[in-house]
Amino acid sequence: METPLTGRIRADGEVVTLAEYRRAGGYEGLRRALGMTPAEVQAEVKASKLRGRGGAGFPTGIKWSFVPMGPDAPRPKYVVCNADEMEPGTFKDRLLMEGDPHQLVEGMIIAAHAIEASVGYVFLRWAYRTAERRLRRAIAEAYEAGLLGRDILGRGVDFDLHVHVSAGRYICGEETALLNALEGKRANPRAKPPYPQVSGLFGKPTVVNNVETFVNLPHILARGAQWFDGLSTLSADGGTKLYGVSGRARRPGLWELPIGSTAREILYERAGGMRDGYRLRGFLPGGASTDFLTEAHLDMPLDFDTPMKHGSRLGTGTMILLDDRTCPVGMNANLQRFFAQESCGWCTPCREGLPWVSRLLDAMERGDGRPGDLEKLAHHAHFLGPGHTFCALAPGAAEPLQSGLRLFREDFERHIAERRCPYGGSA
Amino acid sequence: MLTPEEIDDIRHAIATLPHKQAAAIEALAIVQRHRRWIDDQALRDVGEHLEMSVAALEGVATFYNHLFRRPVGRHVVRLCDSVTCWMLGGDALRSGLRATLGVDLGETTPDDRFTLLTIPCLGCCDRAPALMIDDDLHTDLTPGALAGLLRRYD
Ligand SMILES: Cc1cc2nc3c(=O)[nH]c(=O)nc-3n(C[C@H](O)[C@H](O)[C@H](O)COP(=O)(O)O)c2cc1C
Ligand code: SF4
Ligand code: FES
Repeated sequence: METPLTGRIRADGEVVTLAEYRRAGGYEGLRRALGMTPAEVQAEVKASKLRGRGGAGFPTGIKWSFVPMGPDAPRPKYVVCNADEMEPGTFKDRLLMEGDPHQLVEGMIIAAHAIEASVGYVFLRWAYRTAERRLRRAIAEAYEAGLLGRDILGRGVDFDLHVHVSAGRYICGEETALLNALEGKRANPRAKPPYPQVSGLFGKPTVVNNVETFVNLPHILARGAQWFDGLSTLSADGGTKLYGVSGRARRPGLWELPIGSTAREILYERAGGMRDGYRLRGFLPGGASTDFLTEAHLDMPLDFDTPMKHGSRLGTGTMILLDDRTCPVGMNANLQRFFAQESCGWCTPCREGLPWVSRLLDAMERGDGRPGDLEKLAHHAHFLGPGHTFCALAPGAAEPLQSGLRLFREDFERHIAERRCPYGGSA
Repeated sequence: MLTPEEIDDIRHAIATLPHKQAAAIEALAIVQRHRRWIDDQALRDVGEHLEMSVAALEGVATFYNHLFRRPVGRHVVRLCDSVTCWMLGGDALRSGLRATLGVDLGETTPDDRFTLLTIPCLGCCDRAPALMIDDDLHTDLTPGALAGLLRRYD
């Protein structure tokens, strides 16, 4: 099985240097891209069917196609890497940046050429100190080798790449809030349209992609769209995906597998199954803001389209396990406390609703739940859902809440009837 | 007054941006790196340097979790309070930290050595529970390991 994204990453935790990266074929994708026109690069990426790995799965080539091109397009144009990774339960971009930072640098230069961008930023979360150090070092190496800056590889392409370390807040990961943060402002999301591709950073055409999206580009360019699409025969989507497991598995971790692999394979063959004495009750397939799935969904391909048909989402692909000795109410109380704290406060259902939900769940976990609370929670879950708020933070918060209420209803009811947490929890 | 080093660092930040107000977050972080936190005078000085109103800059400073408008100790402990760490013993770590340091969340020890804070998911959930002390990540923790760990920071 091929693992293009993680194959070079060293087992001893050390970083892949520029020399090592090049020996393993690094920057060959860039060389090929620079021999193509931007339109040809875009066409190759479109043909690969690469979909954004930041959670929403938007086709990358199509996203780029909305950028105005040609001599009359506004300039400078920007390429921005979303490396905020603050979604609870998610730890994939950390590995990619710590292990093989040149792969990200190369991917960003290819994207820059595809949309004729001359400036790039990596928007990096504060906590990733090692990733920051290694990325800055990789960028310096790339400048020295003529891979960044003026006239890259003698092909007449210019691109400067900077790192911005976030001052920290989950909403910064939302792409328009991120642009405000990069402009030095409060990170409230922006109204769309206009979309960033037309009017993004400093009002100029901008493409924002996730780390894992960018690192696919060198391989697509080096080996072709068809090869990439063929990496997975399990799904209509192409390529590999980083899948992770956290919670009470024997061997929690992260693995690169063909996209469309099943939760059963990931949990039982990679993570070694549940720890002794624990049973699986459910899982959030791709981070805190995805709907719970259960054992019944273990054999479903985890690609972009299939989980949607079963009421959830692939999200970030890093699953969080709920075992039979962990309280589903307590787990939701923890999740909703996070969302309430991280709401940017712009719209009412989110600013007012999330603290309300969080308090209700905390009270229920303490044994102070009341009849009627479940209806209140369902009501809030509805108004947090799609169509009532400015950005996807609130709908994301609603996902584990509504599915938790549906799948673990008897647990919620017992908390209220028995006036205590049956699992011995407290909030 | 901003120090020459601070002004130099801020100039570097501005150089990568189309106008200097865009460096607001970076400039505040630079001042904090030199002084541990951002007091009212420092906020005014940064505002003057970037030609921004204090109100606008305060709006920025208070939005972000890692910009401190109150004093912190020599070391900042950030305990992950997100879902996987919660599941795998985060509460016990929190109690252990409270007991060892003798302070609650958001507080600083009387000797000014540690400030205890929480932080959302540190992105190492496969090695939960986790915390950071200053720039260092510590994973797979147990309450028993805390005393030895904290001793390394004075
Ligand atoms: C509250 C919130 C937080 C987000 N956080 C991230 C993040 O940390 N990283 C990320 O790549 N995308 C995040 N996203 C999704 C981005 O808005 C955007 O869709 C993504 O960066 C696009 O990249 P892609 O097309 O390569 O997937 C977040 C969205 C929301 C609503
Ligand atoms: S949904 Fe929440 S986070 Fe998003 S804009 Fe509204 S208040 Fe801000
Ligand atoms: S939940 Fe603590 S590191 Fe992710």
